[in-house]
Amino acid sequence: MKVKYNEKDKLLLLQITEEIDHHVAERIRTRADFEIQKYIPKKVVLDFNNVTFMDSAGIGMLIGRYKMVTMFGGSINMINVKPNIKKVFEMAGILKLIPIIEDIGGEEDGKCI
Amino acid sequence: MENVYENKMKLEFLSKSDNEAFARITVASFASQLDPTIEQISDIKTAVSEAVTNCIIHGYENKEGIIKIECTLYKNSIEIIIIDNGKGIKDIEKAKEPLYTTKPELERSGMGFTIMESFMDELIVESIEQVGTKIIMRKNID
Ligand SMILES: Nc1ncnc2c1ncn2[C@@H]1O[C@H](COP(=O)(O)OP(=O)(O)O)[C@@H](O)[C@H]1O
Ligand SMILES: [Mg+2]
Repeated sequence: MKVKYNEKDKLLLLQITEEIDHHVAERIRTRADFEIQKYIPKKVVLDFNNVTFMDSAGIGMLIGRYKMVTMFGGSINMINVKPNIKKVFEMAGILKLIPIIEDIGGEEDGKCI
Repeated sequence: MENVYENKMKLEFLSKSDNEAFARITVASFASQLDPTIEQISDIKTAVSEAVTNCIIHGYENKEGIIKIECTLYKNSIEIIIIDNGKGIKDIEKAKEPLYTTKPELERSGMGFTIMESFMDELIVESIEQVGTKIIMRKNID
């Protein structure tokens, strides 16, 4: 996972670079929680551009991160979600909690670092 | 002529989480002989990943055990059987309900069976407590 943080917008960008299954989800969870607690971001964006596979382990992992980010008063979104992964999200109804957005937002749109 | 099979394969591996990717990629690669669409391949991978993960974390509860997969290709479908000799399921109907999980502390979502059921065309769950669990899934590919 690659991590970028924009202090001005308090925007934490987490770029996931692996297939998300039970084996990998635990590692992503540990790293994401570390970064979220370090920055207490106002906005977290999960970039799925390099994620080609995800099963229900990803759902549990994302709901857990949603709870942590919102507990600190932040919001959480996803970008670049491929159709096969969107299908898993839709089944779990997770897009109401963590909506998919078109671009990252903030003043320096798209290049947050 | 649905009972005349075209090809078969069997896999046996340890219940290690590293093998989740190995299992789904191997089954998907075998299934590609039927010339499925990208979406069909993705559905198969996801369903296999769900079933194998369940063997590891629920069946064997992260202890060492053997997981078996048997795949049969028919002219227009693939049958995938995934077996563990773990603790088994007490109430199968309940286990299949969306959001039902016995391991919420592991951030499980309880969506595994729901995904297997909707991504595949047929799902049969057989289980005996303290003996094990057998998942039979079929996907039509035509
Ligand atoms: N192979 C298995 N052996 C024993 N119990 C299982 C097995 N597969 C599923 N289960 C039971 O069924 C429940 C639901 O499974 P699933 O829908 O995949 O959700 P999750 O894996 O998120 O708990 C599990 O919590 C577990 O209690
Ligand atoms: Mg499961």
